Amino acid sequence: MSEHIVSPKIYLAIFLTLMAGTAITVWAAYQNFGAFNIVIALGIATFKATLVVLYFMHARYSPKRTQLVIVCSVFWLAIMLALTLTDYQTREQSVSRFAPPAINRAA
Amino acid sequence: MHRTGELYGHFETLEQQKESAALGMWIFLVTEVLFFGGLFLTYTINRHAYPTAFGAGSNTLDLALGGFNTVVLIMSSLTMAMAVWSAEVGKKQLVSIFLIATLVLGTVFLGVKVIEYKQKFDHHLIPGSGFDIRYHAEHPTATDNPGKIAEEREELEKAFAKDPDLNAHAQLYFSLYFGMTGLHALHMIVGAGLLVWLIKGSFAGRYTPQYNTPVEIVGLYWHFVDIVWIYLFPLLYLIDRHH
Repeated sequence: MSEHIVSPKIYLAIFLTLMAGTAITVWAAYQNFGAFNIVIALGIATFKATLVVLYFMHARYSPKRTQLVIVCSVFWLAIMLALTLTDYQTREQSVSRFAPPAINRAA
Repeated sequence: MHRTGELYGHFETLEQQKESAALGMWIFLVTEVLFFGGLFLTYTINRHAYPTAFGAGSNTLDLALGGFNTVVLIMSSLTMAMAVWSAEVGKKQLVSIFLIATLVLGTVFLGVKVIEYKQKFDHHLIPGSGFDIRYHAEHPTATDNPGKIAEEREELEKAFAKDPDLNAHAQLYFSLYFGMTGLHALHMIVGAGLLVWLIKGSFAGRYTPQYNTPVEIVGLYWHFVDIVWIYLFPLLYLIDRHH
């Protein structure tokens, strides 16, 4: 596999997209989208992270086995997040059971 | 170990050596993803349990400083990527320039973080017995805008009405804030050390189109730290800004 050199033009385009993404994130945070505020924030962050991985970290031009490792990391993360959160979601009392004692309330 | 120039004996070509190094670095980054993933998970569960306290805590953060740092960090990722490009096309002087720019931007980020931490310390927002989320609203300094302080007090009153244990629950937010940004900053400090080492190598003209593996690998690490911040920024600074 021959080495692929990513040109500064692409780097600059990615950088400008990341900047625009940051601006949109801040703008969206000031709007009231109800439950969708967090979805929008995480959606933009994931889009930005994907661009960084694909271009700045050269994943797009990497060998298949490196790409497989990257996809696996996302997969393991998804397992950890999904299974733990479903557990919390389906045990109503569990969260409040772990609540910290009401210290320092008088302050 | 047998070594010809920069090529170690157990590799056929420099390219194979570089691909193997990148693969190894990615495997390390997988462990980092899961490491930070655990913290994000803890954050999600606690934020879900105490949304009012997390919103109130988040609103005490300085969005201007956080936003500025986000721009600085993304810019440092660009200069890091440009350092890799410079090495790949054999512009040795540019490698040093871009690496130094990356180090400067990284240091600016850490400096701003120090200012933010100092502010939280002054406002009694370090988890522990001295923690008091109302401290700043009740002890404004001469430089504070009275209108904003009144607004802050009103917001806090509303938050306490919703969650009487706000002061306790907000400490969870700040524990996570300091834990996550602190570990992120620690990664930046390690990255800064690696950059100093790279800059030294670049002054010696070590990185060429044939051999630039260290720049590429440190670049992977630096961009990963950038990604962590891309998530931390909205999750810590922008929870409850739409009020």
